[in-house]
Amino acid sequence: MSRIAIDETRCKGCLLCTTVCPVGILVQSPRFNQQGYKVAEVRPEDRDKCTGCTSCALICPDLAITVWRSKKPKGGA
Amino acid sequence: MSPAAVKDEILAFDRPEVVADRATHYCPGCHHGVAHRLVGELLTEMGLVDKTIMVTAIGCSVFLYNYLLLDAVEAPHGRAPAVATGVKRARPDNFVFTYQGDGDLASIGLAEIVHCANRGERVSVVFVNNTVYGMTGGQMAPTTLIGQKTTTCPGGRCREREGMPIKMAEIIGGLGGTVFAARAALNNVKNIRQAKKFLKTAFEVQTKGLGFGFVELLSACPTNWKMNPVKANQRIETEMIPYFPLGIFKDLSGEGGVC
Amino acid sequence: MAKNKRVFIKGNEAVAYGALAAGCRCFFGYPITPQNDIPEFMSKAIVDAGGEFVQAESEVAAANMLLGAGACGIRAMTSSSSPGVSLKQEAISYMAGSEIPAVIVNMNRGGPGLGDIGPSQGDYYQSTRGGGHGDYRTLVLAPGTVQEAYDLTVKAFDLAFKYRNPVLVLGDAILGQMKEPVTLTPTAKVPASEGKAWRLEGKGKRKPRIIKSLFLEDGALAAQNRHLEAKYASMAGEVACEQFQLKDADLVVVAYGSIGRIAKTAIRKLRAKGKKVGLFRPITLYPFPGAALAKLAKAGKKFLTIEHNLGQMVDDVRLAIRGLADSAFFGVYPGDMPAPEDFEEPIVKALRRKA
Repeated sequence: MSRIAIDETRCKGCLLCTTVCPVGILVQSPRFNQQGYKVAEVRPEDRDKCTGCTSCALICPDLAITVWRSKKPKGGA
Repeated sequence: MSPAAVKDEILAFDRPEVVADRATHYCPGCHHGVAHRLVGELLTEMGLVDKTIMVTAIGCSVFLYNYLLLDAVEAPHGRAPAVATGVKRARPDNFVFTYQGDGDLASIGLAEIVHCANRGERVSVVFVNNTVYGMTGGQMAPTTLIGQKTTTCPGGRCREREGMPIKMAEIIGGLGGTVFAARAALNNVKNIRQAKKFLKTAFEVQTKGLGFGFVELLSACPTNWKMNPVKANQRIETEMIPYFPLGIFKDLSGEGGVC
Repeated sequence: MAKNKRVFIKGNEAVAYGALAAGCRCFFGYPITPQNDIPEFMSKAIVDAGGEFVQAESEVAAANMLLGAGACGIRAMTSSSSPGVSLKQEAISYMAGSEIPAVIVNMNRGGPGLGDIGPSQGDYYQSTRGGGHGDYRTLVLAPGTVQEAYDLTVKAFDLAFKYRNPVLVLGDAILGQMKEPVTLTPTAKVPASEGKAWRLEGKGKRKPRIIKSLFLEDGALAAQNRHLEAKYASMAGEVACEQFQLKDADLVVVAYGSIGRIAKTAIRKLRAKGKKVGLFRPITLYPFPGAALAKLAKAGKKFLTIEHNLGQMVDDVRLAIRGLADSAFFGVYPGDMPAPEDFEEPIVKALRRKA
């Protein structure tokens, strides 16, 4: 399946990613990073819903998101 | 660095090498980071990274050279198009672009951008419009909307006192030397993809030696708009785009440009 | 051009010839009296020579184009006159702070404000005190003849690249407009590697370079200022002046540029009448030839500074000879046209003064 990784040292908690996720799995986490930002996360129970569309990464101003798609044709976008 | 891929995965999105792997000083929700990424990706895809000389301007993006790892010269406020003219005339085989905010380009630098465009200099201009002077703390900009409150128009911009917001993409599109002028926004994925297409055309106008290319990017300034990033992002759609329409205002790139 | 070609040209044209001989590849200018011959000549000559000419939208823009070209290590020049040079001050400060080589020509006219289109020396302070903001200096070369206008413009480019600094060539309306014969001494070709260590050319395979004057990190600006201070001190060796009939002179007339040559005529006349006077003509206004003046002061001579302004260089003369002597001052008002006869009485008066 596809997945993203959010670099929590770069995330500024702007939550723009949450506005573009087509499957609505991005939310504000309860965690603060060292800069004092409440970082974004994929809801743990929704991790397998990620389609690898890269919308979150495209809008992230801090390039905090890396996206992987599985090689299987079913997971590709 | 990005965490490593596991077996049977392809990396679908990662930062281009020309964009420095470091945290930026920009506020949460500021679209500069998106614009930087688009420029960095295009320069990489078009093979221009090694031959680019960028001209940085004054505003929040004054540290652009810390984020886009390119040869760079710092221009005085508003003068980047003139500096870029000097750079391109000195080194015509290099790729030259400026990256300017709305105070730099539309206020103090208005003469320089108009004449650079009108002369048809073979340079590209990236114009980040967030309707406010960000770096200096939120003063009124030439693009501040009517009714918008800033620190130097605390009652809201008023037409009789401050005049109307300036529409740069239209003005630049109306000039003889301009080959390509367009406006895009960075508030959602569709607009971001369109922005990249416009930037690509503007860059190609230079690489093909056709003339001057200009792209205005509607962006947010949550801090000085006194909004959270998500609301600020929405303002682009609800307030800015109605006044600053997206689209192409001049495109002679297919016709071989101008002399 | 043929070896040692002689031409009969205006001072303005001599500046342009000098720039081309020095390998200037880009010229950015704007019309303003009394230097329009320079952009007009360049609009054809530099293009014919394979270079670039831009009539900019303003003197501000021209100076910033110069900044951009200089950052690329290319020999480039702009020219203007007093009010236009005021407009360039921000860019000159940036060029000094960013260590960008550049040549700026000022054909000084009458001021302040719109003034007139005649000569004056009212821009001495602006030229030598770093007319823009911040602590910086530009080398300032002050030609007094059309030949010097050619020679010193050539030199200006070499100095600009030697020190990675803006260099001013300061003439005036007299020099710009008068015609004299000039020998176009041949010049060396500019090496293609000039500025290789710092110029912008696209990063290629190396690390990117940044040409900037912003230094925000703790201590960074102080370090930059220390570096510039040392650089300016190292320019001291470029000092140049003309000493005319000073050996046995009782009175030293200090004057530069066109005023220097007018004073020379007055001095010749007075010498014929037996007056022991001579001329000290600074050719570099920065660095100022203060040591040579101090030497003359130590020898017990008297001083009279003559300028076409309300008194600007006289400050530097007085600083140079402080503790040893003082300088009297005679100024021609900007707006008046000086003649040698006008200087005779002030010189004789100064000669009679008690030391």
